Amino acid sequence: MNLGRYKRELAAAVAFLLLLIMVGISAPSFFSAENLRDLAVNNAPTLLIAIGMTLVILVGEIDISVGSQFAVCSVVAGELAKAGVPVGLLLPCLILIGAAMGAINGLLVGWLRLPSIIVTLAMLVAWRDALRWVTEGTWVQNLPANFQWFGLGQTVGQLLIVVIALIVLVSFSWALRNLGAGRAIYAVGSDSEAARLAGVEPQRVVFGVFVLMGALVGLAALLNAVRFSVVPSNAGLGLELKAVAAVVVGGAAITGGRGTLLGTLIGAALLGTIGTALTFAGINPFWEKAIQGAIILAALVSDVALDRLRISDFGLRSKELSR
Amino acid sequence: MTDAVLLQAINITKSYAGVQALKSALFELRAGEVHALIGENGAGKSTLIKIITGAVEPDSGEIKLSSSTITHNSPRVAKQLGIAAIYQQPALFPELTVAENIALGLEQTGMLGRVDWRERRRHSAELLAQVGARIDVERAAGELTMPEQQLVEIARSLGAKAKVLIMDEPTASLSEEDTQNLFRVIRNLRSAGVGIIYISHRLEELPVIADRVTVLRDGRTIDTRLMSEVNRQALIQLMVGRELSAVFPKKEVALGDVALELRQLGSSEAGIKDINLSVRAGEIVGLAGLVGAGRTELARTIFGLTQADQGEIVLRGKHVRIESPSQAIKHGLAYLPEDRRRHGVILDMQIGANVTLASLDRLSRYGVMDFKREKEIAADYIRRLGVKTPAIYVPVSTLSGGNQQKIALSRWLVTRPSVLILDEPTQGIDVGAKSEIHALMTELASEGVAILMISSELPEILGMSDRVAVMHGGTIAAILDRKDASQQKILALALGHDLNEVEAQAKAVR
Repeated sequence: MNLGRYKRELAAAVAFLLLLIMVGISAPSFFSAENLRDLAVNNAPTLLIAIGMTLVILVGEIDISVGSQFAVCSVVAGELAKAGVPVGLLLPCLILIGAAMGAINGLLVGWLRLPSIIVTLAMLVAWRDALRWVTEGTWVQNLPANFQWFGLGQTVGQLLIVVIALIVLVSFSWALRNLGAGRAIYAVGSDSEAARLAGVEPQRVVFGVFVLMGALVGLAALLNAVRFSVVPSNAGLGLELKAVAAVVVGGAAITGGRGTLLGTLIGAALLGTIGTALTFAGINPFWEKAIQGAIILAALVSDVALDRLRISDFGLRSKELSR
Repeated sequence: MTDAVLLQAINITKSYAGVQALKSALFELRAGEVHALIGENGAGKSTLIKIITGAVEPDSGEIKLSSSTITHNSPRVAKQLGIAAIYQQPALFPELTVAENIALGLEQTGMLGRVDWRERRRHSAELLAQVGARIDVERAAGELTMPEQQLVEIARSLGAKAKVLIMDEPTASLSEEDTQNLFRVIRNLRSAGVGIIYISHRLEELPVIADRVTVLRDGRTIDTRLMSEVNRQALIQLMVGRELSAVFPKKEVALGDVALELRQLGSSEAGIKDINLSVRAGEIVGLAGLVGAGRTELARTIFGLTQADQGEIVLRGKHVRIESPSQAIKHGLAYLPEDRRRHGVILDMQIGANVTLASLDRLSRYGVMDFKREKEIAADYIRRLGVKTPAIYVPVSTLSGGNQQKIALSRWLVTRPSVLILDEPTQGIDVGAKSEIHALMTELASEGVAILMISSELPEILGMSDRVAVMHGGTIAAILDRKDASQQKILALALGHDLNEVEAQAKAVR
């Protein structure tokens, strides 16, 4: 196996390790069991969104409407629970509702070939304002007692959230590698026209990816909502940025065709822990966003630098072909 | 025509990635002459023009303008020296007005680049009047007809005080009347002392407009003649006169049933019409014609990339409707596209993944890929086609052009097609890989694959084909049997001449 193929993931992993070492020296209490558990639970919904975003970015598109979809799904989850839908049914319901919202994006981007950045920008505004109009800004309160933690209690509930996120990560990662559909995603993202000439149908692939993105938003919104006793109507603000950042820091090419879910996991972990790590290290947490921005830029710069270094092919690439 | 030499291209040599486009080409243009530049596809005309206009740098040789060598040529320098070019597709900015288009790059702007609109309009109108065009300078260039746009471009080159004007196929999409009007403008420019390089595939119009003609073939200047001293037949002879140097591994194969039949096939989107053609199992049919004759468009229509709106496609006796490549593949069709770097292979993906991309359904069970099979298949084709690569997991971008083309071809062989369409299968690849691909084609034909091969290389067409279909103007002009086909005949047909007329002329020459 050639590790060079995963050089970008490696770079992010090294950065993450450095962060952990620095925090470990300055504030060993960071590694307490509770803190690690809280970090995992807090970041699980973001990770799920980032998994979907990885697929979207792999096909060369982007979805910035996920934050608004997340808010809609959260409120719908609360209202369904209040309307008496059994907790066990909430999961498939939310996945379907999310998938339907994703399908709208998929139709517009995949079949009508509209630019995804504009389509999802419109959806970002539309969903967010539709929600504000319907809820008038009020939160969903007086939820049934078995809504929080699915009625399983905090410990089991927290474990469930993390386990579901990990199962999704592992199965999507396996699917991307082992399914023909995963191959098609990489092919469309690398060269959509070439994929079409080879009999892959880019419209269907793009549509499918947006549907999966939506389904993961629905799932993430539910897993996030059950952590609290009320559902805020302004959930998921800025979530799209977090997800895109995790994917890019994880080494995926924003132009499509290159990236792995392992990278996204590392990217999400790095960006998700940095705020807490700063607090533990005694640095003003106001720096969090600035440092996150710096990490994203560093990821892009190192991307170009790594390309120039050509360590990927162990010198197999002949000189005249390198562009 | 005066005797004053205006422009000289001396011993120009240029190669792209090992392929020689120009070999010591010579060209001379005098002031006040229309000098035709002709040659087959790939003879080097475009490269020579690009070097003169500074778009491309030659490997060696020099360009002299009024006997002084142009050093550090670039589009900007060439323009300042008075070299202007007008291409087949006018290069105007459609959203800007005619006056703005003409003014671009002509006007000296004052401080802060302030525009004198009144002067701009007056000047544009004056230049247009000089070329005899009545066009409102306030109209958007995109609203003009093609001939009007050409006149605007000529007016712009007048404004730039062009001494050398290059026209690339200017009459290709003009009506008879517009052509005559253009010729009138060209004659006026000529009498004003402008030197005009005139590229055209319409040999019949050359005696009307050109003073001299230079023929390029395989990157070399074959001859420069006075137009009054040559006829069409002689020009065609000069253009082809290439000998069949390479040995083609053509084998006689017993032909099977008709595998692909096109009946009156047409597509207004693709610009092709009334195509009647059949290819039998084991047969190689060459598809010849000039660039723009509709060969690639025909292939794309058969493969479902553009939609047919006329006629029918019959595959092994069955009428089929093909609306997408994935349907075409299910029907046993395969299409190796023209530009492998752009769409034949996916450069960033590994060899194995590229080879199996068109067969994902067959190589997976319940959607799960069989990696072991993939590896075997990739290794098998790498061996069979002699692909030079250190491993099967390297990205295709690390391979040479010829090896990339073999990967592109492997992808289609894995699908076990009954009809294989090859679009310029050996363009721009080295000689070794070329003959390997030819050998493979022969092998495929003997296995019963029906092959339709598009090629701009006449020796390849003649060497590999059982029959040759020649396209002109979006339809098939004639289909020749292997024994009747010759370079002269094919080129004459591709240039739009009538077959009977061509044969009569050929006899007359004998």
